[in-house]
Amino acid sequence: MLEKSLKGNLGYWAWVLFLLGIIGVGVICYIVQYNYGLGATGMSRDVTWGIYISQFTFLVGVAAGGLMLVLPYYLHHYKDFGRITILGEFMAIAAVAMCMLFIMADLGQPMRALNVVFHPTPNSMLFYDMIVLSGYLFLNVVCGWVVLHSEYQGIKYPSWVKPFIYVSIPWAVSIHTVTAFLYCGLPGRHFWLTAILAPRFLASAFAAGPCLLMVIALIMKRTTKFDIGRVAQDKLVTIIGYAALLNFFFLGCEIFVAYYSRIPGHMHTLDYLYFGLADHSTGEVFNNLVPFMRASVVMGFAGIGLIFVSRYLKSDALLALSCILIFVSFWIDKGLGLVLGGFVPSGLEQITEYVPTFVEIGITAGIWATGFFIITVLYKIAISVKLESEKAA
Amino acid sequence: MYNKGTIIPGLIIFVGLMLFAVLWDGGEKVEAPKPEKPVGYKECVKPLQYMKESHMELLNVWRDEVIREGKREPIEVGGVMYEKSLQNGCMHCHTSKKKFCDTCHEYASVYPYCWDCHVAPQEDVALKEAR
Amino acid sequence: MDSSRRKFLKIAGISAVAGIGAPSALNMLMKNEVRASSEGGGHGAQTDAHGGEGAHAAAPVGKRYGMVIDAVKFHDTPGLAEKCIEACHSYFNVPNFGNKKDEIKWIWQMPFTNAFPGDESHYKKDERTHAMQFMLLCNHCDNPPCVRACPTKATFKNADGIVMMDFHRCIGCRFCMAACPYGARSFNWRDPRGSKDGVPFIKKINPEFPTRMRGVVEKCSFCDLRVKRGLQPLCVEATGDTKAMVFGDLNDPNSEVSQVLKARFTIQRKPSLGTMPSVFYII
Repeated sequence: MLEKSLKGNLGYWAWVLFLLGIIGVGVICYIVQYNYGLGATGMSRDVTWGIYISQFTFLVGVAAGGLMLVLPYYLHHYKDFGRITILGEFMAIAAVAMCMLFIMADLGQPMRALNVVFHPTPNSMLFYDMIVLSGYLFLNVVCGWVVLHSEYQGIKYPSWVKPFIYVSIPWAVSIHTVTAFLYCGLPGRHFWLTAILAPRFLASAFAAGPCLLMVIALIMKRTTKFDIGRVAQDKLVTIIGYAALLNFFFLGCEIFVAYYSRIPGHMHTLDYLYFGLADHSTGEVFNNLVPFMRASVVMGFAGIGLIFVSRYLKSDALLALSCILIFVSFWIDKGLGLVLGGFVPSGLEQITEYVPTFVEIGITAGIWATGFFIITVLYKIAISVKLESEKAA
Repeated sequence: MYNKGTIIPGLIIFVGLMLFAVLWDGGEKVEAPKPEKPVGYKECVKPLQYMKESHMELLNVWRDEVIREGKREPIEVGGVMYEKSLQNGCMHCHTSKKKFCDTCHEYASVYPYCWDCHVAPQEDVALKEAR
Repeated sequence: MDSSRRKFLKIAGISAVAGIGAPSALNMLMKNEVRASSEGGGHGAQTDAHGGEGAHAAAPVGKRYGMVIDAVKFHDTPGLAEKCIEACHSYFNVPNFGNKKDEIKWIWQMPFTNAFPGDESHYKKDERTHAMQFMLLCNHCDNPPCVRACPTKATFKNADGIVMMDFHRCIGCRFCMAACPYGARSFNWRDPRGSKDGVPFIKKINPEFPTRMRGVVEKCSFCDLRVKRGLQPLCVEATGDTKAMVFGDLNDPNSEVSQVLKARFTIQRKPSLGTMPSVFYII
């Protein structure tokens, strides 16, 4: 089936070449970083995780978002999602691949990465993260490919795939829960030390993942003959809308707990993110994330409002816009706000701000381009197979 | 054969590339490396053959024993005490990294990264005596 | 393919996997058992101590190193803190990169509100406490969150209660740095053996101790290599006779540090987190 990705029109190849170009830039930037050290990024002694880990955290959510298509179809037999579960699975493959690349880019000693396998450490959440991410990648590759290949051959998929598909459902929840546990089990970081972190992660994941999928599906509706159908679109709108609302509800809960209890440890990070925080000895105000975080809230609510309006108006353009708004809003909220916020203020009540460097942005763009490259190739295969088999049927 | 025009030249290029390394330097005699032995010492912590084959394993064992298990006591071999340490043990006798370690490593094209961290002794300045 | 041939191939495949996999799986399990007993804190390391692990509700048994820092004595002796810091950083080849971003420090000083955050009030106007600086270092906690976080056991608690770093194994993920509530850990963001404008980051490399390379985390090790030989840590030694730092076995009721803890009230950093640090402060 792979040969289907080698046939495409000019637009397809232009897009692929564009992605390969960005990947090339990313590779060059990584070589710079590998030789110099991670000091080539904007990370510092106080802010030890930057956009690499923040992208990883967000993309684990996008990968888990594929669950929102698999669960209704395979577990609850919601027939209208039957054509698009493959899109969820393939998106999960690309997202998990990006996660692993971001982790590798973030390691100080990437050549020693296999130490996590050689020296298993059951008390470390990163050990479990390695297991669940690899497992989820394996599950999606197996399930997605086998089911698609069966459709390609015009037969029903073999029954041995079923257990793998059923396992992938709780497994998807586990990948994001384990990633949340990375953060919410650390006693020294009060912003992260909250039980609602895992539910919040899952809520924003179940909105952001399908949002990305919806945007790509709408692009495919324009550029190919593949249309996921109005029923599936409307159902996805419901899922995205409720998941996004839940995420903001959880954020509201956090804000209440912090500002009603007025415990400094809970308030300070939210102050830094949404209002700016002053260092209590020098008085200098730090607020470089404030415009982003406020924009994230505005975009999120606007997106939720617009997505329901778009369903009422049956407008694909408005749907695409609202999905982009929600996706970017959650990307900022989880990517920038969560990870960077945890380090401000530091354990010693100091504030160090973080600004990514060009090298860092180059590598990040390269890895995102890799993810989009994988999605492009896999989706090309998937819809070629589906269009052919539906034509034959 | 289908695509004869592409496959046969491709095969020739491929085989040529694979054999290039052999053909380039083939037939030249290369001297075996001669690491400089330390003066005044008859033996090492382990027999010569073992050291030739497995000195890296010994260093790994020492590293785990010293750091992870805390067994820092010097070992006694043939009446002489040796620190279980690359910098403070091995290099106490083999005082020149260039004339000892590097001669074999460069011959074998091996680049161990020990020296990224461990400090090679200054040329011909022996470290303090092991107890 | 007819079904009997298919069945045969399936059984042959499974037997092959089992035949190759079983002995190597058994091997791995056996090796893991041996490795598990020799790793993670040295069960067989000490003959006198009985497994320094097991720091749960009860106090740990066996040797357990700790330190009392008398901040008043440091305040009354100008230059003493700098002497301690220099003693540590120069022996262990701790680089000075000249900027806060890449900074590496194993022991340093900070004012009260940074060392003991949360204990602040507009109305505490005690000038002396506000002027004092406190020596901060790794607390070598009994219940270290960094050890729990490390995915490779590159940081681990040894039998004497010291939280150790194995630089060979560290993959540089910096999870331990995120986990540490005390900001005690530093990362090598760049090669410490480099230089800037001709000035090397390590002023004078000590040939007795390795440097580190870029990409690994480092921190105070309670001078475990000296302590094993019965010596005091370098910072404690640098305080000389002032007794500004007292180091010893907290579980030995006759040790000097236990006597000081019996005689004086001390405070610790962030005690409510349950990390059970081994460093105490006299203010």
